[in-house]
Amino acid sequence: MAPTICVEASGRAFDVAIIGAGVVGCALARRFTLDGARVVILEKAADVLDGASKANSAILHTGFDAPVGTLEADCIAAGHAEYREIHARLGLPLIETGALVIAWTEAEEARLPALMEAARQNGVPVAPLTAAETYALEPALGPGVRASFRVAAESIIDPWSAPHAYLLQAFLNGATLCRATEVTGGTYEDGGWTLATRRGDLRASVVINAAGLYGDLVDRQLLGEASFQIRPRKGQFVVYDKPAASLAAHILLPVPTETTKGVVVCQTAWGNLLVGPTAEEQDDRANAPLDGAVLHGLRQKAETILPALAGHEVNAVYAGLRPATEEKNYRINRVADRAYVSVGGIRSTGLSAALGLAQHVAELVRPFAPQMVPLADPVWPTVPNISESAPRDYEAPGNCGIVCHCELVTRREVEAALSGPLAAQSVAGLKRRTRVLMGRCQGFYCSAELARITEGRLSEPMVPPHG
Amino acid sequence: MGKLPDHADLVIVGGGPAGLAAAIEARKAGLSVAVLEREPTAGGIPRHCNHPPYGVREFGRLMKGPTYARRLVAEAAAAGADIRTGVTVLALHSGPRLTVTDNCGARDITARRVLLATGVRETSRAGRLLGGTKPGGILNTGALQGLVTLDGLVPFQRPVILGTELVSFSAILTLRHAGVRPVAMLEPASTPTARWPSAMLPRLLRIPLHLGTDIVAIEGEQRVTGVRVRGPGGERTIPADGVVLTGRFRPETALMKPSHLALDAGSGGPVVDQYGRCSDPDYFAAGNVLRPVETAGWSFREGAAAGRAVAADLAGDLPAAAPFLTIAAGEGIKLAVPQRIAPGARGGALQVRVDRPLRGRLVLSLAGKAVASQRIDTRPERRLSVPLSAIPQGATGTATLTVEEAA
Ligand SMILES: Cc1cc2nc3c(=O)[nH]c(=O)nc-3n(C[C@H](O)[C@H](O)[C@H](O)COP(=O)(O)OP(=O)(O)OC[C@H]3O[C@@H](n4cnc5c(N)ncnc54)[C@H](O)[C@@H]3O)c2cc1C
Ligand SMILES: Cc1cc2nc3c(=O)[nH]c(=O)nc-3n(C[C@H](O)[C@H](O)[C@H](O)COP(=O)(O)OP(=O)(O)OC[C@H]3O[C@@H](n4cnc5c(N)ncnc54)[C@H](O)[C@@H]3O)c2cc1C
Repeated sequence: MAPTICVEASGRAFDVAIIGAGVVGCALARRFTLDGARVVILEKAADVLDGASKANSAILHTGFDAPVGTLEADCIAAGHAEYREIHARLGLPLIETGALVIAWTEAEEARLPALMEAARQNGVPVAPLTAAETYALEPALGPGVRASFRVAAESIIDPWSAPHAYLLQAFLNGATLCRATEVTGGTYEDGGWTLATRRGDLRASVVINAAGLYGDLVDRQLLGEASFQIRPRKGQFVVYDKPAASLAAHILLPVPTETTKGVVVCQTAWGNLLVGPTAEEQDDRANAPLDGAVLHGLRQKAETILPALAGHEVNAVYAGLRPATEEKNYRINRVADRAYVSVGGIRSTGLSAALGLAQHVAELVRPFAPQMVPLADPVWPTVPNISESAPRDYEAPGNCGIVCHCELVTRREVEAALSGPLAAQSVAGLKRRTRVLMGRCQGFYCSAELARITEGRLSEPMVPPHG
Repeated sequence: MGKLPDHADLVIVGGGPAGLAAAIEARKAGLSVAVLEREPTAGGIPRHCNHPPYGVREFGRLMKGPTYARRLVAEAAAAGADIRTGVTVLALHSGPRLTVTDNCGARDITARRVLLATGVRETSRAGRLLGGTKPGGILNTGALQGLVTLDGLVPFQRPVILGTELVSFSAILTLRHAGVRPVAMLEPASTPTARWPSAMLPRLLRIPLHLGTDIVAIEGEQRVTGVRVRGPGGERTIPADGVVLTGRFRPETALMKPSHLALDAGSGGPVVDQYGRCSDPDYFAAGNVLRPVETAGWSFREGAAAGRAVAADLAGDLPAAAPFLTIAAGEGIKLAVPQRIAPGARGGALQVRVDRPLRGRLVLSLAGKAVASQRIDTRPERRLSVPLSAIPQGATGTATLTVEEAA
């Protein structure tokens, strides 16, 4: 096992300890580091983004449909704005497709005006469209569209490169990342926390719980009680191969219901077409098993929205878990007398809201943080581009050839992802950094070569040793 | 090896049996030939298949796949083909012109003609919409053979095999070679897809074969621990440490789908005439990309014929690419290749497959009149053929293939 920075760090006191390296934890780490805090981020999994953040729809929401006047609406708006401000500097894509909210029934059509009004109250411009105007924008839509409205600022991003970039910027400006370091308990005394982890204790002035699907359990471990309860809500997806992407220019949204935004059809930053998610309650926080019948249902649903999809191939299926709670809103709980903030229940908008949430939590922490001086001249790293919206490594000289033919991933990209401060520690982590094994052949050609390249470099080998 | 050429008379995409056979024939006719292969070694799928039968038709000898692949590469190289490995073709343009990339980055190559010989791949777990968790240890036959044959790695000890196509038995042989005995072979249909004697193999090796049985869910966290199956006796879990998903081949048309070339929904491959000429007549196609899946010998012969057709074309000896007779596949017919017939030669045959078990008469009719007819008793994935000579010279319009089912 590779030595961890944590060993070095233990014994030293941090200003802020963040529990959980999901997209929220990564955004928090960046914000606090740029604000001048000495930050440590503790993640129980072998690699980052192993929880709710590993599988979502990858939409940078505007918050047009967020409940008006809520913290969630504010954080989405602020997060969206900050992403637009910083993405180019960090090398992150922003695919400005816009979204169409489409009414297929009379009842849905009747709800459009209220939804547009709510969007305006959330400060998000929308434009109503007739059925004919909708078909003019999306000629592949199936029959039966009654009306729609367009939300121009809804966009698509890369859900992994973004948090990786936040974390890398934190790291390069002094933050400490400890992976495979589960927090198991802690005590608050003499104005500071001692956190117990699987790799020893460490001290921090402030603790922020960003443990996603385990947020309530971490609260209970550290505070003795939790102010919310996680109720994981599974979402399953079907991903079509790249030639299907041209069938939808916009993010195609149904009219939302009380419990779910419904099944979305949209492109991905990697040039696929994605359909999902479902919304299914379950107890298991770790596993999100796929259900063949549900996947067939999604495929059918997708083919009523875009009939031409019938002739296209599916090249991936996946499921994610939303850290939902017994209430709809975010569950942000500040315990001032113990310098603790729980950032819980970041249910279904965390990718969009993460940067905004980080701003909000930084404000909450300010009263009990020592004088922090924002970094005068922080480092701005760029992350490797793996989206289709910018030139890729395979187009450049010296790429050492292609390893994964379906996603056109080069050997140089794989090597880069296996080294450096944020080196991948698991096959899943390597996939999230490069997209190897994620294409149409699902490893037919590259599994063997990848097993060779990664040998001895991952926490779990690709091919297990047999005695 | 020198710089990648900017131009060749014939540029071949894919260095498997079809591409290499075409290279040999085109060189014999004096054309300059470049073969572009994205893998580090040319030879195609046979490189992974460390078992016979290969090479009987081509070399009069029974060979294992890797020997056969090496022999093909050596012959093509000796014929003077410029074989370039580690070169990926990214896009096809009219001209013909190809965008390619290798260690030097992306650029374009032009040609007088292009031959597409990109082969097939098996349907993945995702393509089959299989439920369950996503542990390690779920592979296609191709990936399994890559691991075992090329790298000497054995990914599991007690896998379940899904499918009973020919390739499924190839998976058994590969596993046997690695000292691994599958715990079960599953087939969703009520009969094995492949013909006897392959279908006897599981019994010979004492591998339980479960017909009418499909996977409901794969179980396990890090590695596979079992598969939940549904069969005649209801649902149960078979303990296993891996899953081999075999067959359900699809032509590798990732390059063609976004291009200007017409594709056929039935075969999944490009639309071709009897010379292997595509809808853009500067492009030809041969081998498994034409339809899922045939043997290496078959693909080799198709490649050789396409190599000769390209040479004839460049010499001005190929009839014009139009007018055509179009072949329409009726109910029950999955595919018919070629999809259209240009004027001229009537050698060879229409390759036909059905989409469900069928018994009766296969009839090819033109303007309502039967021109060919034969008795069939067949199942999906099995080869049928109708001689092209049955089609009258000069016929245009549409000829329809239908099945008159026996009662
Ligand atoms: C199906 C689906 C679709 C979605 N679509 C979108 C979308 O399009 N746009 C959008 O903005 N949002 C979307 N989301 C929401 C978004 O993915 C989540 O809001 C976000 O990922 C939550 O991130 P998090 O950091 O709070 O939690 P997590 O990603 O779960 O991170 C928590 C981390 O804490 C770690 N951890 C837990 N306990 C401990 C411990 N004791 N010690 C150390 N580490 C610990 C975990 O391993 C994990 O890595 C979607 C979500 C789902 C499931
Ligand atoms: C597991 C398995 C077992 C088999 N067993 C037997 C057997 O025992 N006997 C037998 O006769 N047949 C067998 N076959 C079938 C036989 O291997 C094929 O019929 C034969 O390989 C087809 O040749 P091909 O040239 O059409 O395609 P392939 O051999 O598939 O070659 C296609 C080549 O194109 C390359 N390529 C694809 N796209 C690009 C691109 N964009 N740029 C550059 N290069 C590209 C690929 O890397 C590949 O090397 C088996 C097949 C499989 C999969």
